[in-house]
Amino acid sequence: MKYIDEFRDGALAQGLSEAIRREAKPERHYHFMEFCGGHTHAISRYGVTDLLPGNVEMIHGPGCPVCVLPIGRVDQAIRLALENDVILCAYGDCLRVPASGGLSLLRAKATGGDIRMVYSSADAVELARKHPDRQVVFFAIGFETTTPPTAVAIKQAAALGLKNFSVLCCHVLTPPAMMAILNAPERIAIEGFVGPAHVSTVIGSRPYEPFAQQYGKPVVIAGFEPLDVLQAIRMLIRQVNDGRAEVENEFTRAVDRDGNRKAQALVDEVFELRETFEWRGLGVLPHSALRLRPAFAEFDAELRFASEYQAVDDHKSCECAAILRGLKRPVECKLFGNVCTPENPVGSCMVSSEGACAAHYTYGRYRDA
Amino acid sequence: MRDYTRPLDLKNGRVEMAHGAGGRAMAHLIEELFARRLGNEWLAQGDDGAVLPAPGEGRLVMATDSHVVSPLFFPGGDIGCLSVHGTINDVAVMGAKPLWLSAAFILEEGFPLIDLARIVDSMALAARQAGVPVVTGDTKVVERGNGDGVFITTTGVGLLPVGRELSGRWAQPGDAILVSGTLGDHGMAIMAGRDNLGFESPIVSDTAALHGLIDALLECGADIHVLRDPTRGGLATTLNEIARQSSVGMMIQEKALPINPLVAAACEFLGLDPLYVANEGKLVAICAQNDAEMLLVTMRKHPLGADGAIIGSVHEDPHHFVQMATALGGKRIVDWLTGDQLPRIC
Amino acid sequence: MCLAIPAQVVELREGDNAVVDLAGVRKEISLALVDRVAVGDYVIVHVGYALNKLDPEEAAKTLALFAEIGQLDASPTVH
Repeated sequence: MKYIDEFRDGALAQGLSEAIRREAKPERHYHFMEFCGGHTHAISRYGVTDLLPGNVEMIHGPGCPVCVLPIGRVDQAIRLALENDVILCAYGDCLRVPASGGLSLLRAKATGGDIRMVYSSADAVELARKHPDRQVVFFAIGFETTTPPTAVAIKQAAALGLKNFSVLCCHVLTPPAMMAILNAPERIAIEGFVGPAHVSTVIGSRPYEPFAQQYGKPVVIAGFEPLDVLQAIRMLIRQVNDGRAEVENEFTRAVDRDGNRKAQALVDEVFELRETFEWRGLGVLPHSALRLRPAFAEFDAELRFASEYQAVDDHKSCECAAILRGLKRPVECKLFGNVCTPENPVGSCMVSSEGACAAHYTYGRYRDA
Repeated sequence: MRDYTRPLDLKNGRVEMAHGAGGRAMAHLIEELFARRLGNEWLAQGDDGAVLPAPGEGRLVMATDSHVVSPLFFPGGDIGCLSVHGTINDVAVMGAKPLWLSAAFILEEGFPLIDLARIVDSMALAARQAGVPVVTGDTKVVERGNGDGVFITTTGVGLLPVGRELSGRWAQPGDAILVSGTLGDHGMAIMAGRDNLGFESPIVSDTAALHGLIDALLECGADIHVLRDPTRGGLATTLNEIARQSSVGMMIQEKALPINPLVAAACEFLGLDPLYVANEGKLVAICAQNDAEMLLVTMRKHPLGADGAIIGSVHEDPHHFVQMATALGGKRIVDWLTGDQLPRIC
Repeated sequence: MCLAIPAQVVELREGDNAVVDLAGVRKEISLALVDRVAVGDYVIVHVGYALNKLDPEEAAKTLALFAEIGQLDASPTVH
């Protein structure tokens, strides 16, 4: 597969690994946060940790839209399916997130909710077109990568004059989440960030510049493949060694400073900032999430069904919050691996294959044995 | 008066409740759609049970499988041949020679007869080619909306020769692990047919009866400890099952895994891992290390084992982890499948 | 973040749609989020949409850089 296989090459990986070993100063300890869940998954799936020296440590960040989705939002989606009898369309990733009452979207489906997995927002619009007698709600989650596809779907629905299509909008933004990590009252050592790959193709590299400038933290945007991640780590090590704090781009084949202007304009046309939004783990953050603009209010499921968000606490022993902020490791959660497993997740970090807990359990727990 | 029975209207006819009611309509359906097409002396007799000869020295192996695949017709096969292959394979991986099959159908009211005929013809062909007849069967009909068109359950009986015993619990530290060919073909062929995931590809299901290949392997003299066919849940699930049964650990090499580039690409599109995708015509063989090369040569000589490979080895491990050395040079575990493999956005 | 893969555009279809090919597997996707895409271009595909074009020159440069890094002498003065 072109542009994929070459970036997974074992020989090149060895070369990068050795370069990292040479450049990481033995007397220093480097902590880097890979913000994006896709990188967490890549690191675990390919065993990148084995190619890093002991003094370079990766901390998993909150860039996993399933992981930061609060229980209350999944409850909203479930209620729409069970109480309002809608066809609830969702991406595969969120079907297993545990919500209130021992339910998840998948379990709600088993009890009779019409919940359908879709690969694309366009599929949800198509369902609405095919079933004019049913209300179709699309559960829109995701960071800036996934938001433009939702915008296109809403505009399509508008163009088709669909009266039975709406969106439960839970799209969130990357820079506010990064800021929340940097502003956290607890001091954790993070010397730099590996920036998200595909979010950056949409938003460009410019939005990360304040973090480098104001917080003095280097950010290196990395492509999705393991070689990209290794190279980004090397670039971060260099910045730290040189005392620099810049935004650098490793993923030059798909990311530039401006990003995808067309996609940004579409998103701007359809969505506006919510004043506040609750994130699992990060708490309530201002201007960190989106809702539909008044011009598209008829497609807003929260308005159409008078659906309100009710905050629900996590299980009291669940450490997802701390893990999402990089304060704790999965193994430091009392529930990890015994009560909480991918089969029976207690928190969302164990559900998504990108969650720190799921990634560690599924790919890396032999290291703890 | 001559007894006149109108032939079934295959072109436009559909399954009706009467076809499962036990009366004339059902007898007619069985006679024309099943018995005639599956064509053997036992079905022709039309008794409730088939009388079979006691198979001689050795022990009996019996296996059963239900088939609920959707779509019913997919590139490379259909529920009919799948149900024949699957049960033959379950019997054969125990080291037994498959002798006879039974087939029970649950049909949904309204299912087109022409499609049913296609399925039965496919079963008949698969059974004939494998040399394993379907000697008895059953038919029931459920009301429209209560079934997925057709569900088939097949049961198979085979003869295990004296002195032979294969089981998932015989893998030993030091053993070699082999697979007979490319992984994930069946699952991705099915996915391609699913509406909203729709992608076009020439991927074809690998559904096949493996008893011929298994015979060749068992006859070649290699010291084989475990044979299993990885189906749902993929290779990963089968290896984990064996590791647990045998109380061992395993280490496989990602670079050694035979994967059709088309399957790899389809998995990329959907965020799936080929290790967890279903197969229907592949074998996992675990044998003494010294016999690995010989077994591989024998495997590759057979058309169903042409892409066979040695993929790893067994070792001591109290945790029974199946580990993998990644193509990148790192390590990870290949864990049990969690729930259903769902395509990812993330 | 988010699973997205690079695939080659092999056919343009009506509306904003196109067919992409990844090593022989073809899928119909939407080009609604990108401009000026031609047959032969590589795009990054996410949930059925092309998000961006992939720049083959930059890809080549990146790979060349990786290869070069791997060949650097393991000299202690590299810092």
